[in-house]
Amino acid sequence: MSQLPEIVSRIKNAINSATTLEDLRSQKSTIVGDKSELAKISQGLGQLDAAERARLGKAVGQARGEIAELFEKRYSELERARDLRVIDEERVDVTLPTHRHPSGGLHPLTLINNEIAEIFTAIGYQTVEGPELEAAWLNFDALNIPADHPARTMQDTFFIDPLESNLVLRTHTSPSQIRTMLSHQPPIYVICPGRTYRSDELDATHTPVFSQVEGLVIDRGISMSHLKGTLDFFAKEMFGAEVVTRLRPSFFPFTEPSAEVDIFFNGRWIEWGGCGMVNPEVLKTCGVDSNEFSGFAFGMGLERTLMVRHNISDIREIVEGDLRFSKKFGMGGR
Amino acid sequence: MKAPLSWIKDFVEIPDEISTDEIVKGLVKVGFEVEDVISTGLDLSGPIIVAKVLSIEELSGHKKPIRFVQIDCGGSQSRYVICGARNFSEGDLVVAALPGSILPGDFAITSRETYGKISDGMICSAKELAMSDNHEGIIVLPPGPASIGDNAIELLQLKDEIFDIAVNPDRGYALSIRGLARELAGALNLTFVDPINETLKRQKEYQGGGLKDDQKFEARITTGADLLHIRRIENLNLQAMTPLWLSRRLEKSGMRSISLAVDITNYIMLELGQPLHAFDSEKVKKFIEVRAARKGEVLQTLDKVERNLDTSNLVIADASGPLALAGTMGGFSSEVSGSTGSILIEAAHFHPIAIARNSRSHKLSTEASRRFERGVDSSLPEIASLRAAFLLIDLADGDLKSSSFIGEAEPNFQFTVSHLAINQLIGYSYSVDQCKDALDKIGAKYQITGDEISITTPSWRPDLKNINDIAEEIARINGYELIPMKVAYGKEPMSSPDLKSGALRLRRKKQISEFLAAKGFSESANYPFTSDDFIRSLGFTGDRAKTFKLANPISEEFPVLRTHILQSLLPTVIRNLNRGAKNVALFEMGSVFRNTINLTGGPILSTGARPKKEDIERVLNSVPHQPLMVAGVIAGSVEAAGWWGKGRSGDWLDAIFFAEEIVKLCGSEVGKVASDFAPWHPGRCAELQVAGRAVAHAGELHPKVIELLELPARSVAFAVLIDAINPGEIIQPSPLATMPPGIQDIALIVDNSVAAAELESALIEGAGPYLEKIELFDRYDKIGEGKISLAYTLTFRAPDRTLKAEEIADFRSAAVSLASKRYGAVLREG
Repeated sequence: MSQLPEIVSRIKNAINSATTLEDLRSQKSTIVGDKSELAKISQGLGQLDAAERARLGKAVGQARGEIAELFEKRYSELERARDLRVIDEERVDVTLPTHRHPSGGLHPLTLINNEIAEIFTAIGYQTVEGPELEAAWLNFDALNIPADHPARTMQDTFFIDPLESNLVLRTHTSPSQIRTMLSHQPPIYVICPGRTYRSDELDATHTPVFSQVEGLVIDRGISMSHLKGTLDFFAKEMFGAEVVTRLRPSFFPFTEPSAEVDIFFNGRWIEWGGCGMVNPEVLKTCGVDSNEFSGFAFGMGLERTLMVRHNISDIREIVEGDLRFSKKFGMGGR
Repeated sequence: MKAPLSWIKDFVEIPDEISTDEIVKGLVKVGFEVEDVISTGLDLSGPIIVAKVLSIEELSGHKKPIRFVQIDCGGSQSRYVICGARNFSEGDLVVAALPGSILPGDFAITSRETYGKISDGMICSAKELAMSDNHEGIIVLPPGPASIGDNAIELLQLKDEIFDIAVNPDRGYALSIRGLARELAGALNLTFVDPINETLKRQKEYQGGGLKDDQKFEARITTGADLLHIRRIENLNLQAMTPLWLSRRLEKSGMRSISLAVDITNYIMLELGQPLHAFDSEKVKKFIEVRAARKGEVLQTLDKVERNLDTSNLVIADASGPLALAGTMGGFSSEVSGSTGSILIEAAHFHPIAIARNSRSHKLSTEASRRFERGVDSSLPEIASLRAAFLLIDLADGDLKSSSFIGEAEPNFQFTVSHLAINQLIGYSYSVDQCKDALDKIGAKYQITGDEISITTPSWRPDLKNINDIAEEIARINGYELIPMKVAYGKEPMSSPDLKSGALRLRRKKQISEFLAAKGFSESANYPFTSDDFIRSLGFTGDRAKTFKLANPISEEFPVLRTHILQSLLPTVIRNLNRGAKNVALFEMGSVFRNTINLTGGPILSTGARPKKEDIERVLNSVPHQPLMVAGVIAGSVEAAGWWGKGRSGDWLDAIFFAEEIVKLCGSEVGKVASDFAPWHPGRCAELQVAGRAVAHAGELHPKVIELLELPARSVAFAVLIDAINPGEIIQPSPLATMPPGIQDIALIVDNSVAAAELESALIEGAGPYLEKIELFDRYDKIGEGKISLAYTLTFRAPDRTLKAEEIADFRSAAVSLASKRYGAVLREG
């Protein structure tokens, strides 16, 4: 079988000269299949004598092995080239805009409320809410602000018609303090976030509808140092560890001693909120024994907190409901 | 309160090395917020002197009339100056800035040539001397108190610093120079001299001469006051004018000079804090009485307003009727005028609440009422009225003819507090010396025995009533910065059904808002104010339109509270569209207010002790339930158009989907029926139900609403009443079946009036327990004759075995036959 080397060489040549996977695949049967020339030689071996059969058989077997190997090698080369080409053809510009699904956003007041709830939950406080349309007795009298007290004029109140309904839009979240103390025994550790109302005209720094968060602690052995420390902790969580707080004497009918809490933030002192030790008159009205229990309360405006922290100069951005504003904060921005 | 530093310095010796900044810090430390410090004339220097106008030469031929004025400055020779003002005549006293002087704004005065003359100085206006903004002409001085050559810088107190101080309502005493000087002295450890000392000293000298009861002007109190002093001063020199030192202090404190007698009463009010009133005694009949107004009485007050009085008003009256609205404003009829030669000075200690009512009921907040409401030193009526008399004697040559009074000054309040309890309340161990120092500085008297501090409060501090009040004084005078810091940690959580439902509400709020934001909605937080007209124009009726009206809305446009979130959200959608937004998906979560209960009138209970349980219940029940609602609006696309191709507009399906998801998120299974509720399209609105109760509405907005608000066509909305959804049962999932499913497709032809949800329920019921899933995969409405075809894929599976083909066929036909029985459904062949 002197043609064998020539056949092998021809087949190898065919394999090497196939340029596409399809080309190679279409020749598969004539190269490595049962119908290939070498297969036919193998099939004809039976007619040869034993010595010849053994010699030729070995040579053919070897040749088939080489060709099969070459075929596989060429096949995978071509396959890889095809894959690379396909990938290349399917390449897209991944930097194209993707906003087919519009993104939404939470209002920053919601985000800050969530944030405050997390801060206080971590130190064992519960969150309670109260109604915005509130009984005047809870909004004023029970907080030691009797009718005709000048402190009532500090708070420009929205009254509900008729006035005999004795309903107001709450001027602060403090009635939640009373509701909590009337319905629960101390120890009380709560925050009360919510919307509040005062009849100010809307301008860059005032809004008739705003949000507050109130804190109330009633327990044995609570002192003004707890108020100071808790507020300092709160301020550092909200504004960063470098923030400094101070208390300044002030007046609120429902706390005594009373203070304003200021923060030193971005190089200046900023009035943040009001606070103080719960006035014993308030404790008495709620049936809390002021000889056994003492407590503190604080309250701050959330719009103001946002304005300070995020450098927002006009409160109208917060209240107008422009969706571009919420979108800046997204789902969890701060 | 505006307090000139020069006035404060009369009663506190402030060393020069203490800066304005330190004064401000001192006041802030003890609780007085300094809102502003107004410096006047600090950069001004003389010679600025009083000069007399000798002659005036009118210069013509200029753009405006100009005067060439000869003035006598007290030297041997007169000077000539150019002046553009015309409000003076020969003989008037004016203020001249001579060459070498520097006026505010670094304005150097020189001798210079102008209008063809040499002007050797300048005649000054009030504005040029930084006294006021008044630039209407130059200052013409009254003749009495000034003379030629006087140093005008001193005479007019041109250099000063005025502290504008916010005074809290519990510190009425600090609405006075006396009170502020005491606080400043305490804050800076300086010596305070009480301004009343001088009057007390002079009172002793004066006693025995003229201080006797006057039968003609009896002082009477029937209600509303506990002390009334009347001083009658006669033979006043009608030519006497208010001296400059006095009028300047009034001006700096923000008050106008009116007449000598009135200026004196205002001056004393500012200095001591006791408001006084001067009556023309010729116009007062028989007596002066503090009493309640009588029904039908009318008083014309000094502001020329006729005021109808009612019995809750307190008045000062004589035999003929009301003379003044007590503690608030004087009456026009007894006003002191330029021809008043005889004056009654009235000084009273009114009940704060009575004056607060006067002020509130007549919407009249005055310098006097602000002080009386906050509480005035009850020892002052006697001293202040006497000081007024002395000033009238000194400045107008008057005679103090009589003094009469009724009532007694309140005794000073006494109580005992525990030193230890104060330290425990503040959380700082104040030493005995620190306590003493603070009590001395506020003017309290005290005795300390062991732990007990017996305190006699000063007459000007009616606010000091209990241990907390004293603790505040000790803490603030020693400085809040001394107090250490400890975080208060909650340890034992409270538990109650209210707290539990509150916690559920909070969790839902968070989950729903995050869900909607993740789905592309932006959150807004709108005012809940709207109008009845708007509510009605959206189509709300019945209980859904019953709202609460504000007695005092900010704007008559929005006088009521929303009954539905869409009433406040839709205007915000419009605002966004008007600002150029093309596709708006907004949501809002908040309270809605429905006035469906009888406003019984919540009780005003007494305080100071816990009210009875049933009274507390009455208060709580007077507050209407304000359900929490979330609503969303989609105006425009939910999938944006872009380089990738077309977008997709939000439609009624999206709206109902979001509402369903929210209800499911609250833990409940949702049922759905068609609804015709406003403001939705009556044919494209779903009512979502939980256990048969409506909890949400969703769909396309009513075409009329869309037209009215100029919304994009086919805008959609949803609203869910979150509080109405009961939380579902605890989820108990059955084991997941792993056997192969049997799948069957069916297409049913029904009348187009049959609701898909109802047909589906029938199929589910008919298919039996092995139905795992049912999906509507096609809906065809082009059949005609009012028929539609609905095609479903039914997936059957048993938990424990492979269902046989015959079984599955049976389930399928059972499902079809129930649908057929209930809704006339016909299986669509092929």
